Amino acid sequence: MGKVLMKGNEVIAEAAVHAGCKYLFSYPITPQSELVAYMAKRLPEVGGLFLQAESEVAAINMVYGAASAGVRVMTSSSSPGVSLKQEGISYLVGSELPAVVVNIMRGGPGLGSIQPAQSDYFQATKGGGHGDYQIPVYAPATLQEIVDLMRDAFNLADRYRTPVYILGDGMLGQMMEPVEFKEVVNEELPPKDWATTATRGDGGPKLTNSLFLDPAELEEHNNHLQAKYAKIKEAEVRYESYLLDDADYVIVAYGTVSRIAKNAIKEARNQGIKVGMIRPITLWPFPEQPFIETRDRVKGYLTVEMSAGQMVEDVRLAVEGRKPVFFYGRTGGMVPGQEEILEKIIEMAGGEQ
Amino acid sequence: MLHEIIIAGFGGQGVMSMGQLIAYSGMLEDKHVSWLPSYGPEQRGGTANASVIVSDEPVGSPVISRPTAAIVLNKPSFEKFEPMIRPGGVLIVNSSLIDSKSIRDDITIIEVPASELANELGESRVANSIILGVFIALTKAVSEESVIESLKKVLPERRHNLIPVNQAALEKGAELVVQ
Repeated sequence: MGKVLMKGNEVIAEAAVHAGCKYLFSYPITPQSELVAYMAKRLPEVGGLFLQAESEVAAINMVYGAASAGVRVMTSSSSPGVSLKQEGISYLVGSELPAVVVNIMRGGPGLGSIQPAQSDYFQATKGGGHGDYQIPVYAPATLQEIVDLMRDAFNLADRYRTPVYILGDGMLGQMMEPVEFKEVVNEELPPKDWATTATRGDGGPKLTNSLFLDPAELEEHNNHLQAKYAKIKEAEVRYESYLLDDADYVIVAYGTVSRIAKNAIKEARNQGIKVGMIRPITLWPFPEQPFIETRDRVKGYLTVEMSAGQMVEDVRLAVEGRKPVFFYGRTGGMVPGQEEILEKIIEMAGGEQ
Repeated sequence: MLHEIIIAGFGGQGVMSMGQLIAYSGMLEDKHVSWLPSYGPEQRGGTANASVIVSDEPVGSPVISRPTAAIVLNKPSFEKFEPMIRPGGVLIVNSSLIDSKSIRDDITIIEVPASELANELGESRVANSIILGVFIALTKAVSEESVIESLKKVLPERRHNLIPVNQAALEKGAELVVQ
């Protein structure tokens, strides 16, 4: 299969099918509705099922049921819809159920707008629902990267028995780029011997459960989850370094904003300012290593987001106050332009070179 | 080679499809392409635009701030995008619907009475193909062959009878540039 020109939302859907996803429970919402429409047609072709739930709350609980049965399952929505799913996501975490949750973010808070935003970073990386937990978050920047990350997301979900987020913005969902679906041999994964597909006289009943009335038992469960998060932090961090080797200044951006930033970086370099970029691909676990490696030699960092300043907090934690960390953000569905970013770079570098 | 193209007009005028056709053609030529639609609460009669990039290098930002070419199909789009075109760039105006004149002297401006020219071909629906013909002859962003090839792929089989008239329209547009 050669290259095909597809919309981001459709790429997420097709990549999920390629990763073995058989079930999608969703409710349409702009700007991710094409994903739902695509799956309604596509999943029956591969012996799967799409069901348009009556609400986002119902959809996430259908995911809980399907994940309990051990199948690859996904739900997708955009910001307000993902807020509705938070209770169910916390239950998935508590019951250690693998699933992929797609959030094609739009401007908030509330119903907000339908234009692109990155203002659900806190929700995705700092818990979102109740309880002590973390969810791995992948943030693709190109449509081809979606293809690669969807498979990784499902594998990671199965390997660690955890929900995994795919976090994009409306631009990523709506744009078209050529993509290629290459056949990949799937990695060996642990058998889902915990799935509630009935016993065959081979042991006790199987349950997926997040209720632990005995506090000591629940603490032990929490310790187990925390140990799992430590392992994920150790093994699953991903990021892209761009022109960091000789950089005096570093832009930090993820998703589509990183692409706009790249244009600004090229222009800044034309003007003699040595700028590079750290692009987190996993937002949680957050890539601390590239900051540890650069914070003693660069002069400053500039975080650019389509938010009022969320990831910048993780950047500050990673920089540990050793260098100034600047922030530039647009909100409400406004997209930062490359000229604006360039201006901020020039400002950070102390004016025209 | 980097073409940053904005195509803008009323919803329903075919700006999204025209953009997709350029992106598809670029892909067939093994170029790097992206297509980004405006997607507000648009409806028939509202304004819409598509940003298309065709490049020899991987596409960075899919958002275009200074287009190398703008194709404007209605007056609001003319007013919005005419000032944004990069010096040395191209402005293609659908003069069947726009009576505004650009006073810029640092860009190439071509006015295309697309509807009238389409009617000369006896097919009012190929107005956009005439404009596309102008665009590719002027910018060489993609070739006419690739556009025809793309039409075969994006048009359903039952519409393939329209390909010859579209080809004629592309050529009519190209002739306009030669003149």
